[in-house]
Amino acid sequence: MKDVNLKIVSNKKIAENTYECVLLGDISDITAPGQFVNIKLDGFYLRRPISVCDAVGDRLTIIYKVVGDGTEKMANAKAGCEWMTLTGLGNGYDTSLSGERPLLIGGGAGVPPMYMLAKKLISEGKSVSVILGFNTAKEVFYKEEFEALGADVTVTTVDGSVGIKGFVTDAMRGLDYTYFYTCGPEPMLRAIYNSSESSGQLSFEERMGCGFGACMGCSCKTKYGNKRICRDGPVLTKEEIIW
Amino acid sequence: MTNTKVNLCGIELSNPIIPASGTFGFGYEFAELYDINVLGTLSFKGTTLEPRFGNPTPRIAECASGMLNAVGLQNPGVDKVISDELPKLRSVFSKPVMANVSGFGVDEYTETVRRLDTEECIGWFEINISCPNVHGGGMSFGTSCEMAERVTRAVRDVTKKPIIIKLSPNVTDIVSIAKACEAGGADGVSLINTLLGMRIDLKKRKPIIANKTGGFSGPAIKPVAVRMIYQVWEAVKIPIVGMGGVSTAEDVIELMLAGATAVEVGAENLVNPYACRDIILDLPRAMEKYGIESLADIVGAAH
Repeated sequence: MKDVNLKIVSNKKIAENTYECVLLGDISDITAPGQFVNIKLDGFYLRRPISVCDAVGDRLTIIYKVVGDGTEKMANAKAGCEWMTLTGLGNGYDTSLSGERPLLIGGGAGVPPMYMLAKKLISEGKSVSVILGFNTAKEVFYKEEFEALGADVTVTTVDGSVGIKGFVTDAMRGLDYTYFYTCGPEPMLRAIYNSSESSGQLSFEERMGCGFGACMGCSCKTKYGNKRICRDGPVLTKEEIIW
Repeated sequence: MTNTKVNLCGIELSNPIIPASGTFGFGYEFAELYDINVLGTLSFKGTTLEPRFGNPTPRIAECASGMLNAVGLQNPGVDKVISDELPKLRSVFSKPVMANVSGFGVDEYTETVRRLDTEECIGWFEINISCPNVHGGGMSFGTSCEMAERVTRAVRDVTKKPIIIKLSPNVTDIVSIAKACEAGGADGVSLINTLLGMRIDLKKRKPIIANKTGGFSGPAIKPVAVRMIYQVWEAVKIPIVGMGGVSTAEDVIELMLAGATAVEVGAENLVNPYACRDIILDLPRAMEKYGIESLADIVGAAH
């Protein structure tokens, strides 16, 4: 964990209510896909925890959805602005358990961490399939980016306006995979937990105080004892989850 | 040359800065960031006799200049604190620490203190009779003079170490509670714990926090803290550990002028994990600016 000043290189809308922001600075503490950063914004007391989409050298890419006043303020930030950011938070995904054919499932604002994960797994020689779930066509983002990595990409939308009509679990049926990784809204995680045929890792979201394990604001119970989503998570294994 | 030393109930602190219980864990998360031996001391995570998971989530909500929390005294229980947490704390912190203890009955307070009492690293006990986030305990002791005095007296009987009673601001008259603690044999009082608050999610039309209410902390509550410290200072002879919305060296001076001998920093640790170190480094500058040679000299100087 490191508190660093990150400078905005670009901050642009890539889908409905969804922004991609590239930041420059010391991000050496980001060591695994699935980790997050916690951003201090002027005028807001608590920081905003945002998942890491990609981290290369000193370039950090985050993708966030505008859901409230804080993310609205982020969306209005211009290139050149700086944000104090706690980096390298959370455990991230463990790629060593993936097997040869991992399946990555991202839902909405849970899509971004799948990008760095797909990149890492592909670099490790794995055959990666990705399912990206959205509500409707205008929310879809990063399909081409995942394809450019060499992943086999399936898009689902609830209203059927693009890709398979339905939920990510509809696209999972009949797929052959050795392990799964997912991030998204809790009902989606629960559905994947119930229908998946392999073990896997699921990334959870919770309202946080600090983001680094001090306040116990985001605790959950697991089969391996109490865990803090921010520090011991956000990634939990399928085996340890208690719903 | 400025002097930041203060004496809290017979133990000298190199400076008056103490991370408040519940915002600093058992210190070691912060020791990854800086040498926490710069602190005056630290008040560790509120400890109860039995392990507690605490309240359901969400436990946190943001406010203007502050936050609500309803963690509900999550802790591994006193035996695990002694076997697992204190050794880790001792490996990163060499000064006497403040043991924060909570309970749901007088016997629970005394038994927890009794078990911790033999731990050499503990310099003071901070007895929390003011947690707003647990039902049937905590705050109910802090809102009645009779109960506050009873808990103080019972704890007094099981330890010779200084006991500091942590008071709730959610009362009509905090002065009478402080006097009851003094009468019961307390060596000091600490104030203020969080103010009971609530926030509502406009989309869901429900309270944001699962517990519905939470404790309000952060810079917004500082004037309430200053007022209560000022009032209590006029009524008791025992030292006051002041807290409530402290985020700068100037805030520390303000609380000390009101009557605080030492100052706890709470919510600010969560948004700036370096907050205590930054304040300590900045104290000499602020002292010089306001013509203070020794911090110990300004305690209660606003009266």
